[in-house]
Amino acid sequence: MTPDHLRTTLTDRMTEQGSKWLAGACASVAAEPGVVRGLFPLVGRRCGRGPLDPADPHGWTVDDAARSLLLAALPLTGAALLEEIGELYRTGDAAERRAVLRALPLLPVGDGALPLVRDALRTNDTRLVAAALGDYATDHLDAETYRQGVLKCVFTGIPLSALPGLPGRADAEMARMMAAFAHERRAAGRTVPDDIAPFLALFPDVTVPGPRDLQDVSTATTATSSTTDRPSPREA
Amino acid sequence: MRIFDPHIHMTSRTTDDYEAMHAAGVHALVEPAFWLGQPRTSVGSFLDYFDSLIGWEPFRAAQFGIRHHCTIALNPKEANDPRCAEVLQHLPRYLPKDGVVAVGEIGYDSMTPEEDEAFAAQLQLALTHDLPALVHTPHRDKAAGVDRTLAVVKESGIAPERVVVDHLNEVTVRQVVGSGCWMGFSIYPDTKMDERRMVAVLREFGTERILVNSAADWGRSDPLKTRKTADAMLAAGFTADEVDTVLWRNPVAFYGQSGKLELEDSDAPGADATYEGNSVLRGVRAEV
Repeated sequence: MTPDHLRTTLTDRMTEQGSKWLAGACASVAAEPGVVRGLFPLVGRRCGRGPLDPADPHGWTVDDAARSLLLAALPLTGAALLEEIGELYRTGDAAERRAVLRALPLLPVGDGALPLVRDALRTNDTRLVAAALGDYATDHLDAETYRQGVLKCVFTGIPLSALPGLPGRADAEMARMMAAFAHERRAAGRTVPDDIAPFLALFPDVTVPGPRDLQDVSTATTATSSTTDRPSPREA
Repeated sequence: MRIFDPHIHMTSRTTDDYEAMHAAGVHALVEPAFWLGQPRTSVGSFLDYFDSLIGWEPFRAAQFGIRHHCTIALNPKEANDPRCAEVLQHLPRYLPKDGVVAVGEIGYDSMTPEEDEAFAAQLQLALTHDLPALVHTPHRDKAAGVDRTLAVVKESGIAPERVVVDHLNEVTVRQVVGSGCWMGFSIYPDTKMDERRMVAVLREFGTERILVNSAADWGRSDPLKTRKTADAMLAAGFTADEVDTVLWRNPVAFYGQSGKLELEDSDAPGADATYEGNSVLRGVRAEV
């Protein structure tokens, strides 16, 4: 996503009135950055909120894109830019916070915005978690936090196909964590999300829990607990 | 049956309540900012609470097919604590948010000078931000509190049809009915009002400008009191259309004055709905 790409896509997705408002808002922000604080909350009402690409419900929304253009118009760099977007994130509702996260790859902030990504990953709001794991996290987030974020997606039902960093950032440790998660689910007789299988396949050497790791489970449950990674009857 | 609960403190409720409310017909609600059982002592704990009302709580409600809006204010009780008074300075950044459909709960608890000041200042915020106001009335010395409330509302210059005076009963409704303000009734298991008495009030005063809520909070309360009132109305001979007026069209008309009600998606996603192709609830309910 680049500002030009967003602008082009948005023209088809907004009313003329909305486009006019956004152009004016961007010009105001470019002239006087402080006005962004008053304009940011209004974007959904002025520009709309639907998916930017109707064929891609996993992707950006119209308000995400419009807010990103407002942020890209800020004539700020370095610490001043980080302070402004940090304030917009902290004082934002869920949609505003999501938009700040989406916009990060468009902004010259280096890895300075990682605290915002980490904040979003601490929430249980799937919209924020998914937005936090966009292109910016792909490029800047450390491996340990990225893996935890991916596992959180698996737990909360965010499809892994929505993460641009996968499969590129998958590694053996991530596959091990997924295998352990799948193992726990099967031991509980619960289903395992389909979208982790391709990652397990990428790392065939990953050690899946063996009989030794199963001691606690096998004493606590009946014989239906699988001691291998075969699907449990309930998943069949 | 479709129900809009115009005053309910969902922060205090469990997901079981959300499920039961949706099953009973509650598709939209407004959660007013108010005090919690434990008094707050710092501005920060207010801001986290407000952030929850425009962040986490609407997300939680949406998982059960219920559209969540809120009102934001410094409540009268905590307006008396000088450590909390600074909250007023933070309100202007919350009031323009999408989900904030009124300033509230404002009004009186003990009718102190500090409450006078916070009440008047927040009515002015409602005017500045073009929002309706949700006014709490005191539980002690209620009739005097209602008179004083109406005087302050009148003095503020806000249009009475943009104000709801809440927690009324058979006595205090008579003070408000001629004011032009909306009349709110909180139906509780054993205090304020019950559904049988509510039906009697509706018989006497009609359905115009009347809002019925469950208020359900951390005290003994029942988030299904809106539905139970609707059932009591039907049993008493009110028509389905009259029930719809009181329990859906009236709250929509009142909060619609904010220009910010969003009801199109009120019934989605429900319990079996999906988040971008996957069930939102796949892990959330069991693991969080």
